[in-house]
Amino acid sequence: MAFPHRPDAPELPDFSMLKRLARDQLIYLLEQQHEVDKLYKVENKPALSSSEQLCFLVRPRIKNMRYIASLVNADKVAGRTRKYKVIFSPQKFYACEMVLEEEGIYGDVSCDEWAFSLLPLDVDLLSMELPEFFRDYFLEGDQRWINTVAQALHLLSTLYGPFPNCYGIGRCAKMAYELWRKLEEEEDGETKGRRPEIGHIFLLDRDVDFVTALCSQVVYEGLVDDTFRIKCGSVDFGPEVTSSDKSLKVLLNAEDKVFHEIRNEHFSNVFGFLSQKARNLQAQYDRRRGMDIKQMKNFVSQELKGLKQEHRLLSLHIGACESIMKKKTKQDFQELIKTEHALLEGFNIRESTSYIEEHIDRQVSPIESLRLMCLLSITENGLIPKDYRSLKTQYLQSYGPEHLLTFSNLRRAGLLTEQGPGDTLTAVESKVSKLVTDKAAGKITDAFSSLAKRSNFRAISKKLNLVCGTGMVRGVGGFIPLWSTFLGGNVLERRSWQGLDEVVRLLNCGDFAFTDMTKEDKASSESLRLILVVFLGGCTFSEISALRFLGREKGKREFIFLTTAVTNSARLMEAMSEVKA
Amino acid sequence: MDCYTANWNPLGDSAFYRKYELYSMDWDLKEELRDCLVAAAPYGGPIALLRNPWRKEKAASVRPVLDIYSASGMPLASLLWKSGPVVSLGWSAEEELLCVQEDGAVLVYGLHGDFRRHFSMGNEVLQNRVLDARIFHTEFGSGVAILTGAHRFTLSANVGDLKLRRMPEVPGLQSAPSCWTALCQDRVAHILLAVGPDLYLLDHAACSTVTPPGLAPGVSSFLQMAVSFTYRHLALFTDTGYIWMGTASLKEKLCEFNCNIRAAPKQMVWCSRPRSKERAVVVAWERRLMVVGDAPESIQFVLDEDSYLVPELDGVRIFSRSTHEFLHEVPAASEEIFKIASMAPGALLLEAQKEYEKESQKADEYLREIQELGQLTQAVQQCIEAAGHEHQPDMQKSLLRAASFGKCFLDRFPPDSFVRMCQDLRVLNAVRDYHIGIPLTYRKYRYKQLTIQVLLDRLVLRRLYPLAIQICEYLRLPEVQGVSRILAHWACYKVQQKDVSDEDVARAINQKLGDTPGVSYSDIAARAYGCGRTELAIKVWVCWSMSHAQGSRPLRAGTLTWVRARLGVFTVLLHLKNELNRGDFFMTLRNQPMALSLYRQFCKHQELETLKDLYNQDDNHQELGSFHIRASYAAEERIEGRVAALQTAADAFYKAKNEFAAKATEDQMRLLRLQRRLEDELGGQFLDLSLHDTVTTLILGGHNKRAEQLARDFRIPDKRLWWLKLTALADLEDWEELEKFSKSKKSPIGYLPFVEICIKQHNKYEAKKYASRVGPEQKVKALLLVGDVAQAADVAIEHRNEAELSLVLSHCTGATDGATADKIQRARAQAQKK
Repeated sequence: MAFPHRPDAPELPDFSMLKRLARDQLIYLLEQQHEVDKLYKVENKPALSSSEQLCFLVRPRIKNMRYIASLVNADKVAGRTRKYKVIFSPQKFYACEMVLEEEGIYGDVSCDEWAFSLLPLDVDLLSMELPEFFRDYFLEGDQRWINTVAQALHLLSTLYGPFPNCYGIGRCAKMAYELWRKLEEEEDGETKGRRPEIGHIFLLDRDVDFVTALCSQVVYEGLVDDTFRIKCGSVDFGPEVTSSDKSLKVLLNAEDKVFHEIRNEHFSNVFGFLSQKARNLQAQYDRRRGMDIKQMKNFVSQELKGLKQEHRLLSLHIGACESIMKKKTKQDFQELIKTEHALLEGFNIRESTSYIEEHIDRQVSPIESLRLMCLLSITENGLIPKDYRSLKTQYLQSYGPEHLLTFSNLRRAGLLTEQGPGDTLTAVESKVSKLVTDKAAGKITDAFSSLAKRSNFRAISKKLNLVCGTGMVRGVGGFIPLWSTFLGGNVLERRSWQGLDEVVRLLNCGDFAFTDMTKEDKASSESLRLILVVFLGGCTFSEISALRFLGREKGKREFIFLTTAVTNSARLMEAMSEVKA
Repeated sequence: MDCYTANWNPLGDSAFYRKYELYSMDWDLKEELRDCLVAAAPYGGPIALLRNPWRKEKAASVRPVLDIYSASGMPLASLLWKSGPVVSLGWSAEEELLCVQEDGAVLVYGLHGDFRRHFSMGNEVLQNRVLDARIFHTEFGSGVAILTGAHRFTLSANVGDLKLRRMPEVPGLQSAPSCWTALCQDRVAHILLAVGPDLYLLDHAACSTVTPPGLAPGVSSFLQMAVSFTYRHLALFTDTGYIWMGTASLKEKLCEFNCNIRAAPKQMVWCSRPRSKERAVVVAWERRLMVVGDAPESIQFVLDEDSYLVPELDGVRIFSRSTHEFLHEVPAASEEIFKIASMAPGALLLEAQKEYEKESQKADEYLREIQELGQLTQAVQQCIEAAGHEHQPDMQKSLLRAASFGKCFLDRFPPDSFVRMCQDLRVLNAVRDYHIGIPLTYRKYRYKQLTIQVLLDRLVLRRLYPLAIQICEYLRLPEVQGVSRILAHWACYKVQQKDVSDEDVARAINQKLGDTPGVSYSDIAARAYGCGRTELAIKVWVCWSMSHAQGSRPLRAGTLTWVRARLGVFTVLLHLKNELNRGDFFMTLRNQPMALSLYRQFCKHQELETLKDLYNQDDNHQELGSFHIRASYAAEERIEGRVAALQTAADAFYKAKNEFAAKATEDQMRLLRLQRRLEDELGGQFLDLSLHDTVTTLILGGHNKRAEQLARDFRIPDKRLWWLKLTALADLEDWEELEKFSKSKKSPIGYLPFVEICIKQHNKYEAKKYASRVGPEQKVKALLLVGDVAQAADVAIEHRNEAELSLVLSHCTGATDGATADKIQRARAQAQKK
């Protein structure tokens, strides 16, 4: 079960190198270069430090710049002079310096960069921790982060050798890929001649598949994220989980043995597994009864600590499960799942719509309501005008008029749209299949013109058999993440998107699906079994676990993941929401 | 020390004046000075000569030459004068050369003869021509005063911020005044002029006659007048050879002197030191120089050559074809030390040090003498101060050595003054150097008149970047004030060198500047852009962003193209924003979708107004509407402002044909007004609640009628209203009202929610009331909720619904429900049989 030890699995690349790199860089930066002796969190309040030099380690956001400006200006008013250093991570943006200049403090601060972009969250998961990527790129059309992604890919290829086979789908994926190639070219073959460690790389845009991300998650790790919010690979379990009066911060990764075994499991299996585990543990404890002194000594010195640790973790996860259970029953979770399923399968649309309306009317949760609306819109290829108006009206009445802006955002991102005349499902389907043969098809699919952006979900789902009752039902209730089918073999085996042409067209990605193979086959068979999947705009734990499952299912393959951030439906919706400051 | 005081000349009893050579002039003048228009900038500034002026009536074909030299006579610039006849030359405080032409146009040149700009002194001047002009310095800057052919005066007190002022007419003035000058008092510029025996003072309102107090009789005309550097004192030279000296306000006489020379002097300037009691005037004739003051005798010098006087803050600079000299009052400290047979502590200390070097025991004697008087501290201070006033490094050194020697015998002498003096002298000696040619005195440098910043600026103006940087480094100035500023200037100068290729300039700039803090690349790029070198502007940016984006990686062509496409465009555009007018800028942006979206984002945070303009230009009404919506809750405080913002938003939405948003916005306007009224009438917090929350708050406050009214007004659907009321009443635990409400009509949401909410509030009794009314489909659920398992079982059996049966079964617990469980099992078995 524990896949890193699976005998037939290829060995994962050693990400601890990245960790060490980041740590050493940071220590060098802070201690040696800037002699930092105390760390504070950047919050919107005056800095209490009395030292002669302030050093800010920040993301290049305008908000942060203004905070720094306010600090510096406050110091100026108070007549004290300090040195200020701003270290941007992962890179500096010109707009930030503009702000510093406009605030009149550009001359007072000096700037630096710390190109740290890859945080290994787990043995198979790297995160860039850039949640803003999603909103910045997919809503605002800001392409600056693509450079960061390209740099990160470049770093990976210098560390782990070149990637012989590249695939991508989506506009952003294509840009990132091209830019990365540019960087490689400039490097003049520094990486050439190295044996590739990772055989394939897939670049995927989030907006190719919103559906998966919008569904509630049903695997344990996903549920923990939905319920407690996992931040940077760790989670704060509140008092209701720890069954004490304190909160506890727990790292969730492969090192937590209990978690590692249940993270990819459907929630309904988790309880059974945990109780089995509890029994095993008890049995191991019980062994000590029949021991003599020497054995006992051995047991205490070698095993007891591990058992205790496991015991502690077990009780934590059982607590978390209980908490999740409680929440599920309270919020009519079953009904929600039922509605979701109905939406995915495309039946009882009217009923689902009124369920959503009731959900809004009862003010159950603004984010959940929004999520359901988006899901409805995407699966139905836009809402029919009457529903579009009434749902929005209801939502505004429940949660205030500022959400007019939220709706405008969602519309721009293509998440919540209105069916135009002649946009009914059947019409679109026939039109689209006609377009597939039409050469001009690519022209109407400009990712930036949201009007032309249609999800065509139903057609895709029919093509790929995404919604199916049994078999490889992983990740999301009854729904196979789109990626799984892409990565499930077709593309890998054929080494092209061939055969998926129509689907790619339906995804509006005709222009942006690409493959790139190196001719020479230097890559060892070992490396060809390693596949790096890059998610631009974030991925959910469900998607990760579906792919982990896929790797196991197909055997002899191992997926590793690089994402701009780990996300979930709530985070996506929050990124799109406008809230009063 | 023997002849050290040889060039000291006593004036009266208390003061000495000395004249020493600064430089022997390097220039190779062909003409006599008197054939040229001459202007020398104060504070050791440059000298401008315009040869061959028009008054000499030479052949018109020969164009005059304008030469600019440093104070040591090093040529800085030389250009052919191609413009009209020049009446007067003068230097502004920023060391810009102002050339006043006969037609009233003033041409401004830089130190290196680069044309800066020009301005006119007005129509009146143009018509009547310029007769005479003066350039004077005020605390705001530099001014120009003009005497026109119609004997009227026009002046501007600050050429940087040109405001022409025409002075009132002098009654009965038929000919040009015999002499005149600009005066600056109480921050206002006046003109003082002499006509025959009368003196007139012109301010902008009136012309008044003034008489100097205590003026000797018999004066029929004033030949020359001089105002001191600080505008405090005035000297008048009459046709009787008599000199009157007094305050510039003409209220007090200081002294007078009769030199018995009736010829008009060529120049007369004040020679005094700030804070000194001595007043003296230097008067120059063709071959004679006279220093006169409050003493019966005057000091006389013979002038071998044509000379020109430049008034300075603490003395007078005198230059001629061969030499450049400085004449000033010997400062107190120097006088104390060097006066013959002086017993001042400083003098003794200097002597002691000399003896000490000769290894003579006399050193001890002198030292003892000072110490007995307890004046050692004073002695050291004197030596330090005197060192500052010496021009020769040797003498400076020996004085400082003496001070340092004296310091050894003091327990606690703060070292700052000594250290500072050493630093200052080092800097001063450096700029006094022949090649640099800025003969600054210590006093000018130290006493607020000229700070180190200004000095650095002057060096930069002279393009002496390395020296400026060395000084910064030597004085350990903060980078931002020092090195970076100079580098930025250097870069700005560099981009103007048209003969160097863009690539080289950009690289040179990038190499030198690196990431020195405080250098504004936008200024440099702007300068390049200003010179029409757009390509270079972009390159500068690109180099810079490259060095910042990728550490020290060398430039590659590929990256360059890329950066220009991705980053360069944006940065350059952002910077061009300040250069181009807004319309052009937006038009340029429109062709750069990527830059546009970046710029929008930037504006969203930083320049909201610009964002609005941007949308306006594009006729993007949808975004414009959104913009105003955001403004309605983020920017506006007052309710009226918010409603107004919403109204604008609604209009925009209509234009965008987004009826839905427009209607929603209008609803929000109504709601806002209503909430305001509710707050006024009922108190409490209503503003900014959503409609739903507003109604809820009303019900919770017991204002049911109003709640109903609101629901009707805003057409809240029945379902929502029922949910809302149900929740609110249950929160209030107003069971009576809830029951009344439930009976008001048939519930559009069924009765299960009633049961649920009662149970949630732990009121089983109330819950049971509603359970009976729940429709058949949900009855089982309701019954289970209220805990009536038996009845639930009955209903489920009646429905023959397998799912319901198992649901009831799962609720059967232990012994109590044993019978029910059996019943269900039986019913199931029966159902299966069938």
